[in-house]
Amino acid sequence: MSPRVLTVREAVGVRTRLRVNDTTHDVSVDSRLTLLDALRDVLGLTGTKKGCDQGACGACTVIIDGQRVLSCLTLAAACEGQHVVTIEGLARGDELHPMQAAFLHCDGFQCGYCTPGQILSAVCAVQEVHAGVPSHVTPDVRRTVNAATLTDEEIRERMSGNLCRCAAYPNIVAAVRQVLANEVPS
Amino acid sequence: MNAFTFERSRTTDAASRVAARPGAVFLAGGTTLVDLMKVDVLTPDTVVDVRHLGLSSIDVSNDAIAVGAAVTNSQLAWHPVVRERFPVLSEAILSGATTQIRNMATVAGNILQRTRCSYFRDVHASCNRRQPGSGCDALEGFNRGHAVLGVSDHCIATHPSDMCVAMAVLDADVHTLRPDGTTHVIPFRDFHLPPGDTPHVEVALAHGELITHIVIPHLPAAGRSHYLKVRDRASYEFALASVAVVLDLDGDTIRSARLGLGGVATKPWRATETEQILTGRKATDDAFRDAAEIALAGAVARAHNHFKIELAKRTIARAFATARDANV
Repeated sequence: MSPRVLTVREAVGVRTRLRVNDTTHDVSVDSRLTLLDALRDVLGLTGTKKGCDQGACGACTVIIDGQRVLSCLTLAAACEGQHVVTIEGLARGDELHPMQAAFLHCDGFQCGYCTPGQILSAVCAVQEVHAGVPSHVTPDVRRTVNAATLTDEEIRERMSGNLCRCAAYPNIVAAVRQVLANEVPS
Repeated sequence: MNAFTFERSRTTDAASRVAARPGAVFLAGGTTLVDLMKVDVLTPDTVVDVRHLGLSSIDVSNDAIAVGAAVTNSQLAWHPVVRERFPVLSEAILSGATTQIRNMATVAGNILQRTRCSYFRDVHASCNRRQPGSGCDALEGFNRGHAVLGVSDHCIATHPSDMCVAMAVLDADVHTLRPDGTTHVIPFRDFHLPPGDTPHVEVALAHGELITHIVIPHLPAAGRSHYLKVRDRASYEFALASVAVVLDLDGDTIRSARLGLGGVATKPWRATETEQILTGRKATDDAFRDAAEIALAGAVARAHNHFKIELAKRTIARAFATARDANV
């Protein structure tokens, strides 16, 4: 690929209101900009990581309107009116989110690059379990699942969208298990 | 990525009119479109966001379930009525991709997703689907993941969807709106087109035609239904072979059966002839194996995908046996 210089005509700007971690940002961005690049390069929120940049690794996972999604396959311009939560928005001041504390307690990482995505994904996975919804490995999709009887196989399946090249998987499963055991569903 | 104009529409009529422009495409979850735009396989001039057109509801009645085009894969798979009435559909969706992707991907986007053929995704390769008349590198290339049913001399790319295989056996209808304001209903089995001589014509939609919703008619027999997917990894992988079945039993006799195949065909595959030979037979393992032989009778293998024929047969037999033995 040769370097490419964009002319004004080519660079198509879009005005977008991004609401990230309860802060509103009015920005003008290139229509091609992904949410991932907007978070990191426009808003300076570098906690969200770029791994594969093609929807395969989960490092860029963020929470939009309560659902875990991939910011690398989301256009920033398409986020108008939605609320994005990144890893920077999880703690309350100095008080870590229970999932952050569990990853520390269980040593759920080595190099840490995938960790922001793992933690945000795990936060939603726990919410989904408390909502009772099935996964691919749930024996009968008609039944609801519950935290007390959830198998490790279920946790692994529900977290399969987040790769960890250090293979900290057993400790990640332990961290999710710890939060599932301690958290009372709201 | 190619430069494009981003359009936010608030009504279906407006979205369909904007999308009638040459070079315009609809954007929903983005899991196919943004991915393929990044590798220059898709180079639209205009991108029309259709996630805010009021097409995000699931309406349940006694006769059918109407699913808005922008309902996410997760919403559909996790819906309590879908899980109860159509377990095959929930199972199929949950077997595909990951929670993050299912939270983004919409029902209409899943139906319109493009093949994962590596030659389609590589702009330096020959691909009749991406560039009509350029040839097909898969025919003599590495084709382990490619189709054995519905193939032509111009394309052997597999349709990658799990959800669509379940939609096919459930006889869903695709409801659309054209830029001229007319509405249309396309039966699921007619929606995806086999490659034939025109592999670049993948679906029965006109340019700018918007999917508004999918209607799944009530099917009491679908209480005994199942989706079985076989793949290289336990999770987050496309099917080598997958099977959707619905089994209507009268004691141990088959009143009627439905069979769909994924991972082995160029479109979501409905094996109608096979279904007919099962009618009236005892629901034995032998009957299911006989059905599997018929379902794959027309298969055409290439250098690396011959194993899929036997794999598909065994997957069919096991899926039917699992449905038969289910406690419903």
